Amino acid sequence: MTWNDALPLLVLSSSLLPGFIIFNLPEERRGMRTALNLAGAGLKLVFIAFMLWGVARGERYEFRYAIVPGLELVLRADALAMLFVTLSAALWFLTTLYAIGYLEGSPHRSRFFGFFSLCVTATVGVAMAGNLFSFFFFYELLTLSTYPLVVHRGKASTMKAGNIYLAYTLAGGAVLLTGVVWLYGLLGRVEFVPGGSVSVLGPAYADQLRLVFGLLVAGVGVKAALVPLHGWLPKAMVAPAPVSALLHAVAVVKAGAFGIVRIVYEVYGADFTHGLGLSAPLAVLAGITILWGSLRALFQDDLKRRLAYSTVSQVSYIVLGVALVGPIGTIGGLVHLVHQGIMKITLFFCAGNYAETLGIHKVSEMNGAGRRMPLTTLAFSVGALGMMSAPFTAGYVSKHYLTEGAAVAGAPWAEWVLLASSVLNAAYFLPILYRAWFKRQEDAWPEESIPRRGWLETNGLLLAPPLVSAVAVLAAGSLSEHPWSPLSWAKLIAERQYVSVER
Amino acid sequence: MIEIELIPLIILVPLLWASLAFIAGPAHGWKLALGGSTLQLVLAWRLAAEVGGGADRVHVPGGWEAPLGIALSADGLAAVMLLLAQGVALPLAFYARAYFARHPEGAHTFWPLTGFLLAAMNALFLSADIFNLYVTLELVGLAAVGLVASGGAGSVAAALRYLLATLLGSGSYLLGVALLYGAYGTVTLPELASQVTEASPPVAMLAAGLMLAGMAVKTALFPFHFWLPPAHGGAPSPVSALLSALVIKASFYLAARLWLALFLPLATPSWGQVIGVLGAAAIFWGSFMALRQARLKMLIAYSTVAQVGYLFLFFPLATHTEPAAAQSALQGVTLQALAHGLAKAAMFAAAGAVILSTGHDRIMQLGGITAHMPVTVFTLAIAGVSLMGLPPSAGFLAKWLLIDSAIVSGQWWWIVVMIAGGLLTAAYVFKVLRHAFLRAEQSEVYKPLPRLVEWPGFLLAVASLALGLRAAELLNVLGTP
Repeated sequence: MTWNDALPLLVLSSSLLPGFIIFNLPEERRGMRTALNLAGAGLKLVFIAFMLWGVARGERYEFRYAIVPGLELVLRADALAMLFVTLSAALWFLTTLYAIGYLEGSPHRSRFFGFFSLCVTATVGVAMAGNLFSFFFFYELLTLSTYPLVVHRGKASTMKAGNIYLAYTLAGGAVLLTGVVWLYGLLGRVEFVPGGSVSVLGPAYADQLRLVFGLLVAGVGVKAALVPLHGWLPKAMVAPAPVSALLHAVAVVKAGAFGIVRIVYEVYGADFTHGLGLSAPLAVLAGITILWGSLRALFQDDLKRRLAYSTVSQVSYIVLGVALVGPIGTIGGLVHLVHQGIMKITLFFCAGNYAETLGIHKVSEMNGAGRRMPLTTLAFSVGALGMMSAPFTAGYVSKHYLTEGAAVAGAPWAEWVLLASSVLNAAYFLPILYRAWFKRQEDAWPEESIPRRGWLETNGLLLAPPLVSAVAVLAAGSLSEHPWSPLSWAKLIAERQYVSVER
Repeated sequence: MIEIELIPLIILVPLLWASLAFIAGPAHGWKLALGGSTLQLVLAWRLAAEVGGGADRVHVPGGWEAPLGIALSADGLAAVMLLLAQGVALPLAFYARAYFARHPEGAHTFWPLTGFLLAAMNALFLSADIFNLYVTLELVGLAAVGLVASGGAGSVAAALRYLLATLLGSGSYLLGVALLYGAYGTVTLPELASQVTEASPPVAMLAAGLMLAGMAVKTALFPFHFWLPPAHGGAPSPVSALLSALVIKASFYLAARLWLALFLPLATPSWGQVIGVLGAAAIFWGSFMALRQARLKMLIAYSTVAQVGYLFLFFPLATHTEPAAAQSALQGVTLQALAHGLAKAAMFAAAGAVILSTGHDRIMQLGGITAHMPVTVFTLAIAGVSLMGLPPSAGFLAKWLLIDSAIVSGQWWWIVVMIAGGLLTAAYVFKVLRHAFLRAEQSEVYKPLPRLVEWPGFLLAVASLALGLRAAELLNVLGTP
């Protein structure tokens, strides 16, 4: 095995092995656990940085292993995989720091961090899966490893949300499995290749392929929270804040959206999908989801629920970009995969900070929070402005390319959907900012548990991650033309997709 | 170099240690069992390696050729089943030793009966004539009934019910054997196989029906499952593990073997469909009943009823379908038998650990179990993943192959059954697992346990997981139908 074969495996092991060790650590070995967590997260970043540098030079990193003849587990670091892998590894590092601060003194930390590591392993596996079988493999592993995190608090309400989460995701997985096996039956093997591979089957299979596409998209659509399969997401926000952050920004929801990207571009091929008449319905579904999520978010008083519905809406930007067929829309969708992640994780970190520090769970309790917690509120504002696609934020870049993509694709309705969503985003985020910055505090905070120390408005480990990710939101927006920006990387991927289609 | 005759040895070794254990008593029985099981595992491993190399092996005891002598032969399927039986028996021997040290009731008869059970089962896997198969089948059944009865006064009723079922099953089978012998004048499988064709007289059809029905009763296929939950749920945990993991697989193996070797020319696809419908009914009824159980061992026992249903989907998928579909079906169902064997043994072992620690197995009162018995919780979780058919596990691979077979042969309705069955399995598995995450409300008393009570089950569960990551060699041993 050469280095190039081993690297994807090393990326996977850098969270898998610490996870196994953490499971076996006694609760009180806090230092050891923290060291393992950070060493794993740090090592993963190093490996990924190395691979990024290699992939940009055209190096191939691929690990293959046959479970039975004809059924291979493939981990491959292509440009698209790197986009998602880098995002998840970077945000995992931040979330680990945050979780260490957040779970200070609470029970079952070894269990939590053990599953936390498994969850990231599964996400990285989803990102690097080189064929549909491997994708499914890690996709289901993700379901299993996130359940313990969602129900971590072990209260009756949590368990109920956990049941709903399982019912949705396992049913989605079952539907996905049917589609996957079906496609394997038709093709023998389904590697992810730019431009897709099902087009070899010929027109006689068109109807079957449409049905399989429906099964696959319905399967991953559950995790991507496409309406009407989104019901679990607002319920799952009973999870601890770091879990919500990870769920909404990188792990579960993003795995679903990433699945749609893989299926459309690298299984069916964008043009073939269009030729089967499947891209238009997908775009419409994404449009409905965008509007429905934003509309529902308007009426939520619970802060995390509002953010959850916002996720429903925002993740479908990615799907819309994919379904618009064309390089510009592709760039918009792919770059939003990263941008939505960093913006949403900022917002969830901040929501967690309000809850942990002051006991604020509701929008109506936020009056004056900006004076008590200026740094957190600053980070929150950056994330929220990004969601509204304000200039100089990451959201602006996404929205610019998506709107452009809609225009090029000749879908003016999609431009209207995007505009309406921006207005709705403003309608549900601006009141929060107004309350936090301009209104005065009326009553005492619901439950102030972390006192202010000097300029430190809360625990430092809770404060640093949202500030870092907020800076990333601004950087991704203002330095988008930089050669290593998410935008440049998305352009690279789009170029490779569409060049190979024309070939 | 002297060629060791693997085939007779793998039957004689358990017979020998069972007899010695009977003489030596429970204080020494476990030593004999551990040594013997280890040796058997090595033998089974070597046999599988030889079969995987190509030719089937045939052994003729005493040098009498068929039709006078008794033929023993090992093909891929037999080798894989032997491997499963020895692979489950060895960790369970460690487990049983630790279990009976804490809970001596039933220890007296456990070791000799288990040895006889293994000997009879190994002989069943290797026999190549239908009368000899009957003898081994009866021996397996009687040893198993004896093991259930060893659970004490409470399990006598279950044991009697089990005895009735097993005698009914083997009686029906024997009737079929007599009819075939009357019609063709031979009982060896290869000779019968060459004579049974589409044009066979109706008596062959009747014999096929009787023999398969007998096996359905012994495998507890719905609606003949009535005896299984009380027997498996009521026996001492090491016995439950042996019964659920191995004994029902023996009669299923026989049904599949007869079908492939003998009855396939007689059968129409509708036969396969009928058996498949019973399998589907087993999946739904077993899962539904498992969901309703309040006790852990009963839940696991009903789960066996459901999982047996998946095995019988083999018949519609392999009856006059494309060779590729039949191949996938055989591979899938063999993996399902292995996955279920390992996972179910693990689950019953875990349930036994719970009982030893708390004195009960009421699911509602398992709050806080993670803190006291993490290894057992992980055992239940990992085995559960395999039962649900989720990756990475042998259960997943089995389900993949079975769905593939259904797609290739165009029988989409079995896909619906399997998918829905998987979701129901998840429902009852998580009914147990959710207690691992619930806050401990009531202060249950958990007695600390020696490691050997928890770890053998964990190893079995991990094996069912690992098999899902590396099954190429195993399928190679299995070969083509």
